[in-house]
Amino acid sequence: MSLIEEQFTVSLSVNGTTRPVTVPARRLLSDAIRHDLELTGTHVGCEHGVCGACTVLLDGAPVRSCLMFAVQAEGHAITTVEGLADANGRLHPVQEAFRDCHGLQCGFCTPGFLTTIAAALEEYEPGADVSDEEAREIVGGNLCRCTGYQNIVKAVGRAQEIRTERAGRADGDAATSAGR
Amino acid sequence: MTTKLFGEPIVRREDARLIVGRGRYLDDIGHFALGVAFVRSPHANARIIDIDVSGAVDIDGVHAIYTYEDLDGPMAQPLPVLIPHPDLTAPRTGYALANGSVSHVGEPIVMVVADDRYLAEDAAERIAVEYEFRTPVVGVEAAERAEHAVHEDIPDNVAARLVQEFGNVGAALRDAPHTVSFTQTIERSASMPLEGKGVHARWDAVDESLRVYSSTQTSTSVRAAIAIKLDLSVDRVEVIAPDVGGGFGVKIVHPWPEELLVPWAAIRLGREVKWAEDRREHFISSAHERGQLQRITAGYDDEGRLLALDAHILHDHGAYTPYGIVVPIITSTQLLGPYRLANYRCQVDSMYTNTVIVTPYRGAGRPQGCFAMERTMDRIADELGLDRAKVREINLIRADEFPWDHHLMFQDGRPLIYDSGDYPSMLTKLRELVGWEDFEARRAAAAARGRWLGIGMALYVEGTGVGPYEGGHVQVLPSGKVLVSTGLTSQGQGHETAFAQVVAQELGVPIEDIEVHTGDTRRFAYAVGTFASRAAVMSGNAVALAAQAVRAKALRIAAEVLEVDVADLDIVDGVVGVRGDPGAVLPLASIAVLSNPLRYAFDEASKAATQFARFASDEQPPVADDDEPGLEGRDYYSPVRSTFASGAHAVIVEVDPGTCAVTIEKYAVVHDCGRLINPRIVEGQIHGGVAQGVGGALYEVMAYDDMGQLQNASFMDFLMPYVSEVPQRIDIGHQETPSPLNPLGIKGAGEAGVIPGSAAIAAALEDALGIRITQMPLGPSQLFDLIRAAGDGHADHTFNHARRSQEESA
Ligand code: FES
Ligand code: FES
Repeated sequence: MSLIEEQFTVSLSVNGTTRPVTVPARRLLSDAIRHDLELTGTHVGCEHGVCGACTVLLDGAPVRSCLMFAVQAEGHAITTVEGLADANGRLHPVQEAFRDCHGLQCGFCTPGFLTTIAAALEEYEPGADVSDEEAREIVGGNLCRCTGYQNIVKAVGRAQEIRTERAGRADGDAATSAGR
Repeated sequence: MTTKLFGEPIVRREDARLIVGRGRYLDDIGHFALGVAFVRSPHANARIIDIDVSGAVDIDGVHAIYTYEDLDGPMAQPLPVLIPHPDLTAPRTGYALANGSVSHVGEPIVMVVADDRYLAEDAAERIAVEYEFRTPVVGVEAAERAEHAVHEDIPDNVAARLVQEFGNVGAALRDAPHTVSFTQTIERSASMPLEGKGVHARWDAVDESLRVYSSTQTSTSVRAAIAIKLDLSVDRVEVIAPDVGGGFGVKIVHPWPEELLVPWAAIRLGREVKWAEDRREHFISSAHERGQLQRITAGYDDEGRLLALDAHILHDHGAYTPYGIVVPIITSTQLLGPYRLANYRCQVDSMYTNTVIVTPYRGAGRPQGCFAMERTMDRIADELGLDRAKVREINLIRADEFPWDHHLMFQDGRPLIYDSGDYPSMLTKLRELVGWEDFEARRAAAAARGRWLGIGMALYVEGTGVGPYEGGHVQVLPSGKVLVSTGLTSQGQGHETAFAQVVAQELGVPIEDIEVHTGDTRRFAYAVGTFASRAAVMSGNAVALAAQAVRAKALRIAAEVLEVDVADLDIVDGVVGVRGDPGAVLPLASIAVLSNPLRYAFDEASKAATQFARFASDEQPPVADDDEPGLEGRDYYSPVRSTFASGAHAVIVEVDPGTCAVTIEKYAVVHDCGRLINPRIVEGQIHGGVAQGVGGALYEVMAYDDMGQLQNASFMDFLMPYVSEVPQRIDIGHQETPSPLNPLGIKGAGEAGVIPGSAAIAAALEDALGIRITQMPLGPSQLFDLIRAAGDGHADHTFNHARRSQEESA
């Protein structure tokens, strides 16, 4: 007896690289990312859309990859935690902030927080203030069982500071090269 | 100079890989492994009449379907009773796959192995099991009534009657000027790590060896269990705990059925096999904790001195007792808290119910013990109209009274003797930190806004660092890299950082040169596990001792080479130097080369150790009788008994009279875990513990219905705190009373944050509402019901009134 379902080949564009995967219609995007593309930074904590550990960015907006099918992701640009650092391997501000602020313990929830926060900070200009209340709002839909969120909230503020510092430095560099 | 590292809040070393998605958790391993799904019991209490797998066996891609009938040898025997105890008179454990009956929803009955998990689940759905339904026993009161039995041959549903006793409680209660009696309950909750359990196994048929990855808190013991149950020689089995996404106790239980079945299937099929638990499975087939009903009578004098305490506790341990009666033992011993008491009796009846097993969850029986004692203190204060802090104070063990012997036996089978502490100063710090003295003004201000404010506190003592032992291995490689291994496992506690700090300090090497490995039986085969706030105490001291051995050897070799006295040498930044002679230096890397006499050279560095180049004397063998090659050391730390950390929490809650929503206005923690290896990590542990304490006090329940069905087995319905539920700030005060029991003077910190949460929050709610709180957790709807039942007069309720009038007259 065969239960084998119809397979679909879709192109998944993840972290700037497009790769084909052949999957049945019901294959979760989280499973395709983790097991077909072997990008295991994205984690699965509930598979019912509540914990946020599986959050990836779909065209820059956070989505729960356990609530999407892989076939639905074709034509979209996906960013996972592995794609947050820049091309030179420099950590994203939020990654740096999580390390600086002890924003993680077991690290299982962390990729979901990092992607969520990274997307949210895009709404803020460098230099803008992110209040603690706004920080709590940003991470309000993700579960962490280890940290009690105290340092995660701090890390959001710290990430924004780092963005500001980097923007300042970039401006400085730009000013220097312009002056040359 | 090597910077001082012990005690420094350095950033964690493990984070580098975890923040970029390069952690390696269980389900990240083995993308091509066969997947597993289980048919689990939908009934809480049933006999299995028939299992029909015909709808599933012939499905393409299904590799095997196993039931109990397929299990052989030790696999067909019941799972082990891990911690036997003389009072555990009627232990019972399940089987890897149900043998004719099931005792809780979620018990595994059939194992399906298929190409992947999707297909395995499809096949599992096509398996039909016929049951003969029996009336389930749900809740300890039903268990006590014993109208039905969980296990037919244990008609009273009692697995153990544990009595802890000293003095003469009966006489002391008769003679006491006052007594108070009350009954209270505390609900079930669970560890609920974000990563569920999981097992991956690979059998090497050529080598005849088995490698198992398990998301466990004890890889060495899982290894021993697998070897015995699968009838393998233990040297053929290696078990590795990879990165583990939280444990909090549930992953110390072992062997889980899946930890045996997955490797067993991998051997039979000659294929890699993996099972990663899904969330529903975790709810209904892992473990819960907390559930107790407590009947308490206390005798006290006019000043509030506790003279006698009699507690009768019904403890709900679920369907089986694989972890023995550790939770009841901890509740009944740690109930005593920081207080002196002459007459004590605690009887814990450990009861079977048709629910998921109960095994330690962070705190492991202490939150319940703390709840019993601290609520007793509140009652005494209320009855006498005294300040609750004062009543506690008068009962505290004083700083000059250590060691304090309670004359009971603790969970490690050792006497319950507190080694050190300073409870009065802890209480003073707490009062300052929370603003205990100024609270009435705050309450009045809130009342003016139409809000009810209340304050509560709870103190605890926590036995940490239980034996029997842990070991450490430290090795300096010829490259200069320092490898540190310990057998216990990590689930986010920052061991790679903390142990590196200890070794860097003891050995005198830069922390960057150190690489720490935990939970890998290939690297260190002797260990107990990570639980009971023991890792820092046990492995911290073990790696310190091992590092000292390496240091001694390095200095001995350096003294020979540099022709100086050992006493003149020091190690700084990984280089041995002679005091007062900046030119005479020898890096540890070179000593590592020299420590291993060679015949063959492979590079420039190794030439120094070859037989024609060595410095050694002609009269000595290259490796002396009492020596061995290599610059490495191994040592073990085994304490005589546990070391006792302590702490005190105070909380201010605000209740919205309209919605009964509870907001935590202030949360203050004073914490004493002896010397701190890394304050940043310790504070993180406290934050996480407090959040779990809040969850246990206000949100988390295991909503079983009368049929033993868990109604809220998902994150949608089991309310684990999000950021919106935890205090916006946690004020922490550290107090450091070193332990005299171990060389580093440290005590455990992992569980502390969670222990007093329910007690302190219950006290604060009671204070806010003027209504007795006798059950935890309490959500808005229960609070609403309580307030309505109390009627309008609740704010003037006698005990609250008594306390206020006392304050007014003072
Ligand atoms: S795994 Fe997707 S939200 Fe939990
Ligand atoms: S760090 Fe463990 S769940 Fe968040």
